[in-house]
Amino acid sequence: MIEVKNLVKSFKDGPIETRVLKGIDFSAKQGEFVAIMGRSGAGKSTLLYQMSLLDEPTSGEIFISGKEAHTMSEREKMLFRLGEFGYVFQDYALLPELTALENVSLPLIMQGLSRSAADEKASEALERVGVGARLGNLPSQLSGGEQQRVSVSRAIAHKPSILFADEPTANLDRESSARVMEIFKELHKSGQTIIMVTHEDEYARLADRIVTLDDGRIISEKRN
Amino acid sequence: MLSAVDIRVGFYLALRQIRRASRWTTSLIVFVMLLTFLNLVVVTGLLVGIVAGISNQFRIQETGDVMITALDTKDYIENSPQILSFLQTLPQPRAVTARYSAAGSVEANYFSRVDPNEKPNKTGATIVGINPVAEDNFSNLSGYVGEGEYLSSSDYDAVLLGPQFVDRYSFGEQPGLTPLKNVYPGTKIRLTINGNTREVIVKGILDVPANSPLAARVFMPANELRQIMGRYEYAVNEIAILLPAGTDGAEFRDLLKRSGIGDKAKVQTFEEGIPNGVAEVQNTFAMIGNAIGSIGLAVAAITIFIVIFINAVTRRKFIGILKGIGISGEAIELSYIFQSLLYASIGSALGIGILYGFLVPYVSANPISLPISEAIIVAQVDGTMIRIMLIVLTTVIAGYLPSRMIVRRNTLDSILGRN
Repeated sequence: MIEVKNLVKSFKDGPIETRVLKGIDFSAKQGEFVAIMGRSGAGKSTLLYQMSLLDEPTSGEIFISGKEAHTMSEREKMLFRLGEFGYVFQDYALLPELTALENVSLPLIMQGLSRSAADEKASEALERVGVGARLGNLPSQLSGGEQQRVSVSRAIAHKPSILFADEPTANLDRESSARVMEIFKELHKSGQTIIMVTHEDEYARLADRIVTLDDGRIISEKRN
Repeated sequence: MLSAVDIRVGFYLALRQIRRASRWTTSLIVFVMLLTFLNLVVVTGLLVGIVAGISNQFRIQETGDVMITALDTKDYIENSPQILSFLQTLPQPRAVTARYSAAGSVEANYFSRVDPNEKPNKTGATIVGINPVAEDNFSNLSGYVGEGEYLSSSDYDAVLLGPQFVDRYSFGEQPGLTPLKNVYPGTKIRLTINGNTREVIVKGILDVPANSPLAARVFMPANELRQIMGRYEYAVNEIAILLPAGTDGAEFRDLLKRSGIGDKAKVQTFEEGIPNGVAEVQNTFAMIGNAIGSIGLAVAAITIFIVIFINAVTRRKFIGILKGIGISGEAIELSYIFQSLLYASIGSALGIGILYGFLVPYVSANPISLPISEAIIVAQVDGTMIRIMLIVLTTVIAGYLPSRMIVRRNTLDSILGRN
């Protein structure tokens, strides 16, 4: 499904170059749930951003469903992110001027669906995560847990090949976190490929496999 | 490459951003656009209108829509009585006035001048002989009398003075024109034409702007002027004809020419008869108006640029998220272009409403009284449309540039707020 080879990411600050990823080799199969763990600064979020085509690696190769993602143009990457990927960010990343329904509908409209078809699909996705009653609410009118569930809905409404989640429970209370992870569990059961960065062992244990990074390198892989 | 989906999504985002934006901010931007529109259209229109006001003064106070004057080889219009009779048979003229005119001089304060070496208070003048009733029907001359009274047909030794001849109207001393001092209604002055001098009484003084054709004229009943001039036949110097609104002056001119009047006199429309240079002044004023309007346009463009730039910078994270979830850069840029377009359209639409619904008709009915003319607003629809297109184009560019600057930034840097 997704494979990265010898992935390197460096950041330059004047003459100083910092290597955050130091030649990562990683792969995930279709339907697999992988948790990426590690201490702060280990490079786990950076790895997720490179794999999900939100950032440009310094070197290395990325293959997604057999396609060479590292050679794609910006437009091709945009289309790939739109059609194949779903994202759940730590801070929800909802658009403040759009309602819950509109936040979820927007990428579907971008995919070419009519407004009514997009709204219908978005409603279903929101129902699925238990915020079907808050369709017309703006993000500012929702709790953190509800916002994160809207964010999950947006990520799964178009049935992506891979769901990327960057510490999805970091800003949530225990109850809301459990609720979000329950949704992830159900998605995984239905065959969704998930790659999730997390700090929390409890949620990492829900994954099929835990990959641990330290200082820009994978130091261990463990099957649950 | 722009696609239909980009346009749909751009519009979808723009609509929601405007709908949920601060009403005060939106109102302020629309107000700026409204002022830009008014600055661009009204300032130019008013500057052109000042000259149009001068032209219009000439039309309604002197030339009418069509004017008949003596041929260059003659001192007067031949067959004047026949021409006037013919005009009475035509249905078109709304008002007709025939005038005699002569070059002469007027002198005041000659009683108090004891020293013969002292410079007389005397000035050159055009003396115009009129039928007071016909002239009043034509130019509403009685309406311009500021002091004293208007002439009547039975008046004898009475004149109306244009304000240029009266020093307290303070147009100042001009070459060949020395204003008369201490002249009021009832004051006696001397009139000299062709060496014939007559003492007359000032019956009234006109109150018109300096540029009015009435400002430097002395009016008296035609019969009396004819006597002083020694013109015993009824050969007038000019015949001015006012036509009803909407009547084509050129057509009426051609009709008169075809009737044979063209052989005996010069027949001109108002536009042909207007003094040289007025059109040039009009063009100059239009250019000045455009220059002032351009500055306003630049200010509006910068305002929109700043507003959109601040909006885009503060929303940089969300622009990054939009790109991250697969919304194209083109759709995001379009959303800002649509917003700018909407601001410009609403501002311009309000401006059109105020301009054509209130300003133009109101100022036409109540011209702005300026020292040089009774100014109106000249705002032709095609010119206004060009200016609106200019505003819209400028605004679109001003909206596009900052959004493009932000959209082009690295997606992840935008999401994470990194520089």
